[in-house]
Amino acid sequence: MTTVFRSYSSSEALHSDRSSGDRQRHREKVREAIRDNVADLVAEQSIIGRSRDAVIKVPIRGIKEYRFVFGRNAAGVGQGQGDSKPGQVVGQAPKDGTAPGAAGDRPGVDYYETDITLDELIELMFEDLELPNLERKALRESIAQRATKRKGYRRVGVQVHLDKKRTAKARIRRRVATGGAPAESAAPEAADARFPFHADDLRYRRRSPDIDYESNAVVLCIMDTSGSMDTMKKYLARSFFFLLYQFVRVRYMQVEVVFIAHDATAREVSEDAFYHKGESGGTMISSGYAKALEIIEERYHPSLWNVYAFHCSDGDNFDNDNAEALKLARQLCDVCNLFGYGEIRPDGRHWHSDSMLKLFKSLDADNFQALRLESKSDVWKSLKSFLSKERLAN
Amino acid sequence: MAKSYDIAELERWDARIREKAEAFGLSCYTQEFELCDHFQMLSLMAYSGMPSHYPHWSCGKAYERQKTLYDHGVAGLPYELVINTDPCLAYLMRDNSLALQVLTIAHVYGHNDFFKNNFSFRHLRADLTVATFKNHADRVRDYIEDPSIGLRKVEEILDAAHALSQQCRRNPAIRRRDRAEQRQQALRQAEPPPDPYRAIHRRPVYEPPQLDRVPLEPEENLLLFIRDHAPQLADWEKDLLTIAHEEASYFLPQMETKIMNEGWASYWHRTILNSLELPAELHLEFLVRHNQVVRPIAGEINPYHLGLKLWDDIERRCDRPTPAEIDEFGAPDCGGREMMFRVREVDRDVSFLRRFLTETLMRELDLFEYEPKNGKLVISKVSSEDDWRAVKNTLLANVGLGSVPVIRIIDADFGGARALMLRHEHDDRELLVEYAEKTLRHLYRLWGRKVVLETRLGGDDVNLSFDGDKFATAKQT
Repeated sequence: MTTVFRSYSSSEALHSDRSSGDRQRHREKVREAIRDNVADLVAEQSIIGRSRDAVIKVPIRGIKEYRFVFGRNAAGVGQGQGDSKPGQVVGQAPKDGTAPGAAGDRPGVDYYETDITLDELIELMFEDLELPNLERKALRESIAQRATKRKGYRRVGVQVHLDKKRTAKARIRRRVATGGAPAESAAPEAADARFPFHADDLRYRRRSPDIDYESNAVVLCIMDTSGSMDTMKKYLARSFFFLLYQFVRVRYMQVEVVFIAHDATAREVSEDAFYHKGESGGTMISSGYAKALEIIEERYHPSLWNVYAFHCSDGDNFDNDNAEALKLARQLCDVCNLFGYGEIRPDGRHWHSDSMLKLFKSLDADNFQALRLESKSDVWKSLKSFLSKERLAN
Repeated sequence: MAKSYDIAELERWDARIREKAEAFGLSCYTQEFELCDHFQMLSLMAYSGMPSHYPHWSCGKAYERQKTLYDHGVAGLPYELVINTDPCLAYLMRDNSLALQVLTIAHVYGHNDFFKNNFSFRHLRADLTVATFKNHADRVRDYIEDPSIGLRKVEEILDAAHALSQQCRRNPAIRRRDRAEQRQQALRQAEPPPDPYRAIHRRPVYEPPQLDRVPLEPEENLLLFIRDHAPQLADWEKDLLTIAHEEASYFLPQMETKIMNEGWASYWHRTILNSLELPAELHLEFLVRHNQVVRPIAGEINPYHLGLKLWDDIERRCDRPTPAEIDEFGAPDCGGREMMFRVREVDRDVSFLRRFLTETLMRELDLFEYEPKNGKLVISKVSSEDDWRAVKNTLLANVGLGSVPVIRIIDADFGGARALMLRHEHDDRELLVEYAEKTLRHLYRLWGRKVVLETRLGGDDVNLSFDGDKFATAKQT
């Protein structure tokens, strides 16, 4: 027998981060997992009205490595302290139902908790959503993105834009021009000492603004605030609009948002009032639509604007208003790129006689979509279905 | 704390330890020690100690998990990491104190001897291990870099392969019959038993065995079977299955001998260090560390503790048997050490415990069986006169690969539709359906056609199946 000892080398240790690639891939998978669970998160957390840099704790079930394992009814063996009796409790059964098994050979229950800000969460959520059917409209175009791009070089500028390669070349050029020996023939340090950089050699990258234009768009949020909208319904409607508003803010720089609250009459309100005002009165859905049409007529003419209207209500309309509501809904469809109607039914009573969904069945327009929201988790699903890219494909 | 020793000092200690180990009769591979810091140790642990290993996100996960536990102080790092190679590679943590390094070096020689001599490791080429893993890593990287394959596809296959890789032959010492022998066996079994009264009995009906059946006998090596029989796997996919299978079979013997191996190494580090006549301060620290390692952990099984207890008991029973033991088993035929060396060669955890875990020892260790009940783990049996056998059997069922369900392929053409039929060899322990479902999905990815698993849930025989579209649970009729 012989032995070899290899000593510790700190430089080698510094370069030995070989798991970095695999860690990154694992994090990507975790991120995907968060994205898949966004609906649950939105349902679980009260994110409405929270500041955008509020930190949210997101529990993630670890990315599991599945294989055949024993389940709940498997017994195990442990060691006691000399006084074990049948019936004693020795621990908690694992939550995910895997077998307790023998010590040491069981993969641990993976549970991560990640902190992410509301901003990041929203970004993750909206990664592949967009306002559908965005058309190019005449006249004013809103700025979608403000960035800069490279455009040539210049002799003055700030230090961060210094182009070292061009500067060095300029110096060589000047040296050759002044009749000095080419840099290679002399010892470099000696050459440097004799031929320093001059302010004339400096070259800077030039940047010019690069603006992406996008067509004008306006989103009309119409919410029923009548007396029949109880706390739960209100909560669902507000969650929906809150997410919609966040989406518009994250994805589009200059999309305008209009808030309309209606009971028997409608009025345009501020964002704050929209989310926080109480409810009262009867329901005349047509009033909300009329107000929306009026606003569109006045400020957002469809030839210049992409118009998106979303309406949330419990569908509990005055019977004699139904015909009017249907007529105006048709008009809205004519002027809007997309008109979405979300009917809030937390009680889940599908046979409800007052459902507007039934009424809107006769509304046969491609750009109309009606959905039913029954629980918290439907909020995200419905928003996704309104805004997903694939919506138009099928 | 400033390090109070250098490599030269470690080498001096190592020389003394090696001399002792040889004198005690340990027979080791050439030993290589490498000093590493805690980052390197975390990295090495994520890749099972291999200097080279193919990339896979699960290694990243292992790293993150271990690092989180370490950073929060939930789990420490091992004092050493030793892998079964020739020469035997071991990593020592450079921040450990001298006493700990000395203990660890002695401990490593114990593992080294065990790797070299235990039968479970015989079929592995220890001299090629590092090269094989390097070769696997190169092949996987090639596939990832191949523009027509890429990371995602490789990952998909590896994920599926990892899900099944533990489903393989458990005891390499039992020879596997080849197809021709299996045929013979099937024919033999179909023969009616010899009947001395043939002349007066009605001739038994001869039912010819189905010789075109694939597989002829239930097949344990899931990955290899799929590799050889799945219709549409590409060469690179088959190669990935081979790699995953080879890796799993490399680590299986270590799972199967955990208790013996740790007990053996602990026995020898204690024996060697006691014989070294350490200076007092080193000796005191050694005692503290040793007791930390081999202490019993309430509610669990500490393999170091259980292993060491058993080895000590084997030695005692041969050297100083009690009269009662002589009455029961007869006088020992050899000395304690000789017996230990024999056992370390021919046993693995299951047989080791079955042979040497006695009722007395079980009572001394206070082993009990627990069962989950209403979200709690409740003791169901203790090592009493009536129940100790039951407790022991539960323990045997859970050591090594006992904690992995036995699942075999019984038919590759189930229902005449090339569906893959598997059978879970049920032993009162149910499969976790959620995991079984996901695993069947992985299996489907590899097999490409419907997969059916026969098992038992809640007392009923059921078939779990996945046909690419949906997962179904059907009661057998």
